[in-house]
Amino acid sequence: MSARTSQATPRPAAAPPRHAAGDGGERPASGLRRVLGRQPLGGLFAAPYLLFVLAVFAVPLVFAVYMAFHDYFFAAPGADVDRPFVGLDNFAAVLTDPAVQRSFLNVAIFLVINVPLTVVLALVLAVALDAPMRGLSFFRAAYYVPYITSSVAVVGVWLFLFGGDGLVNRVLGPLGLVPDPSWLVNSSWAMPMIAVFVTWKQLGFYILLYLAALQAVPKELHESASVDGAGRLRRFWSVTVPGVRPATFLVVLLSTVVGANLFTEPYLLTGGGGPDGASSTPVLLLYQRGIEQNEPGEAAAIGLVLVVLVLAVSLINRRVVGGDR
Amino acid sequence: MRTRAPHRAAVATAAALALALPLGACGAPQAVDAETAATARGPITIWYSNNPQEVAWGEQMVAAWNAAHPDEPVRAQEIPAGTSSEAVLSASITAGNAPCLVFNTSPAAVPEFERQGGLVDLDTLPPGEDGQTATDYVTARSGDLAEQYASEDGHFRQLPWKSNPVMVLYDKEAFAAAGLDPEDPPLGTYDELLETARTIVGSGAAPNGLYPSPSSQFFQPWFDFYPFYAAQTGGTQLVEDGRPTFDDADGEAVFDLWRTMYAEGLSSPEIYNGDAFADGAAAMSMAGPWAVAAYTDTVDWGVVPVPTAEGTPADETWSFSDAKNIALYSACENRATAWDLARFATSEEQDRLLLEMTGQMPLRSDLLGTYPDWFAENPAYVPFAEQAARTVEVPNVTSSTKVWQAFRNAWSAGVIFRSEPVGQALDEASSDVADLVSADAARGERS
Repeated sequence: MSARTSQATPRPAAAPPRHAAGDGGERPASGLRRVLGRQPLGGLFAAPYLLFVLAVFAVPLVFAVYMAFHDYFFAAPGADVDRPFVGLDNFAAVLTDPAVQRSFLNVAIFLVINVPLTVVLALVLAVALDAPMRGLSFFRAAYYVPYITSSVAVVGVWLFLFGGDGLVNRVLGPLGLVPDPSWLVNSSWAMPMIAVFVTWKQLGFYILLYLAALQAVPKELHESASVDGAGRLRRFWSVTVPGVRPATFLVVLLSTVVGANLFTEPYLLTGGGGPDGASSTPVLLLYQRGIEQNEPGEAAAIGLVLVVLVLAVSLINRRVVGGDR
Repeated sequence: MRTRAPHRAAVATAAALALALPLGACGAPQAVDAETAATARGPITIWYSNNPQEVAWGEQMVAAWNAAHPDEPVRAQEIPAGTSSEAVLSASITAGNAPCLVFNTSPAAVPEFERQGGLVDLDTLPPGEDGQTATDYVTARSGDLAEQYASEDGHFRQLPWKSNPVMVLYDKEAFAAAGLDPEDPPLGTYDELLETARTIVGSGAAPNGLYPSPSSQFFQPWFDFYPFYAAQTGGTQLVEDGRPTFDDADGEAVFDLWRTMYAEGLSSPEIYNGDAFADGAAAMSMAGPWAVAAYTDTVDWGVVPVPTAEGTPADETWSFSDAKNIALYSACENRATAWDLARFATSEEQDRLLLEMTGQMPLRSDLLGTYPDWFAENPAYVPFAEQAARTVEVPNVTSSTKVWQAFRNAWSAGVIFRSEPVGQALDEASSDVADLVSADAARGERS
């Protein structure tokens, strides 16, 4: 079983040398060539994407750092405005603000529920959808539909399902399983409900990632494990799970980043972070402070704290889940 | 190979910058010379709201202007879509591409737009042919109500345009089903309102008495707390003379009323996905005259002034204005034309058309006396026109949005979800609002 997987892919005998004669062979490169590299057109082709990354990510991030250290606000061109340097004041203001602290706690609760649930459900469902069965295409599409459906529309459905007079309460009511207040206005249940909602909505995408990863797990490994007497569960645990470990790292990383940026669901599903701030998130506050209240300095400070925390969590994820990859 | 990677990155970066710099230079916004623009005439652009009635009014108004002023053509469009009109306008101010006039500027946003340098002080514009300055014109048209739209320096950066005074609409069929008199409903005092709501919910005529949105957005108090506070206090603003006003017996009475509504299940803390009044999920609604057209075909409704604790005669009851105004933005290069158009759009003739086409109340003094024949033909609007004379506006403070958000957070805690006692919620809201207003003052002194 290991013979095949460890076998190196043979190089074609007729593979061209790394430095073809026409490319200058082993001669020292000219000054221009040294700057432009062997494929100058490559730099040009990469430029549009690099421009996109610079304009949409790098420049705003640098500008956010600038705003976070100033009493900044958006103003008309040519307006005579004062935006003094304030050092760490914005950070001090947001980190001592109970609403901001609550929002970070809320998003931590969200991630603790959402990420493991996403990994487990996506992997299990991907394995199920990888097996030959009737209606396979239908099921694959069915799990993907929520992912591509507008959040606004889906939120409407969940309000119908989990409202006080919703379908879920009508079913669970006679069993005495309905919380009071109801799910979305219950400070203990609001954030878990959002975590479950987001898990369900995003699941199709992560199933797709796992389905792709499952194709790379050699069938011979399963056959060998079967021959050695491993049952279905043992094969799943000892062959499938290690085999899709890179995909698991990607799923954990993406669901963490997406979850940390949670905005739409608390904005729509719980009326702007309700009940009483129990489902507010850093990005929701960032929107309130930066866009609604024109305090981009505080908003940038919240954003930078979030970036640092997400990076820290991602590094931990990499160490725990990523292994040596 | 590895050592050459930085070179390629440098090439790609250089190419990207070569692409970006000319684009950036093309898009760099330029400040308008205010002195030149104040007397300049020529083509202008305006934005208006996207509801069909206002679009129809705007189109006819612009067509009438363009026919009479071919050298100063007006191009009109709906406000671009965004999370909110205020967010779009703020972004356009920053980008330097705001239109000359916006016929949907929220008074709550005006102080912030002013801080951004996005609005024109209307008194810097040359007087009209009749010699009236902007202040003269605004005061002559709107009377005493105009005062609350002035900035702290006494100048106007918004032309008071139209209001939607908030009143209590009720569903006559639901009231009749609950055994209440639909022609004379007991809704004058807080006790009557509570008892009426209990009767309605208890009888099953409707699952809720009143159902304002319980969400946390900063503007929601305008449709639950603020009309009741305006009525209870006889027209006191949330902030007056730089101090919050609501941490008193009147504010507490309004908090207590609504806390009881939520505690007894007469109002719902859940988001309603639709129009609760039209759908029969509530027997009453807080609404302005826009409701006349909206509900005529769906609900047999009646309207009463907002109740007060002890009861107040209808002709002495105040409410929240829910006004939208016209503002002239600093990106405008032909401000003389823009101001002429603003005056044209608020002329007696255009205000009448606004009434006819939208049902909203022009912010004119003596509205009923100005258009007696129209109100005689449309009696459903008369209560709203009477109420329009006694409306209170949001306070004109720079941190307006933050003030309302702080207030809403306290309202959520003290009233809707009752995680705090009323007294504590009021204290916290008052303290937060006082801090914000003080910070505004300190910032104003620095600059």
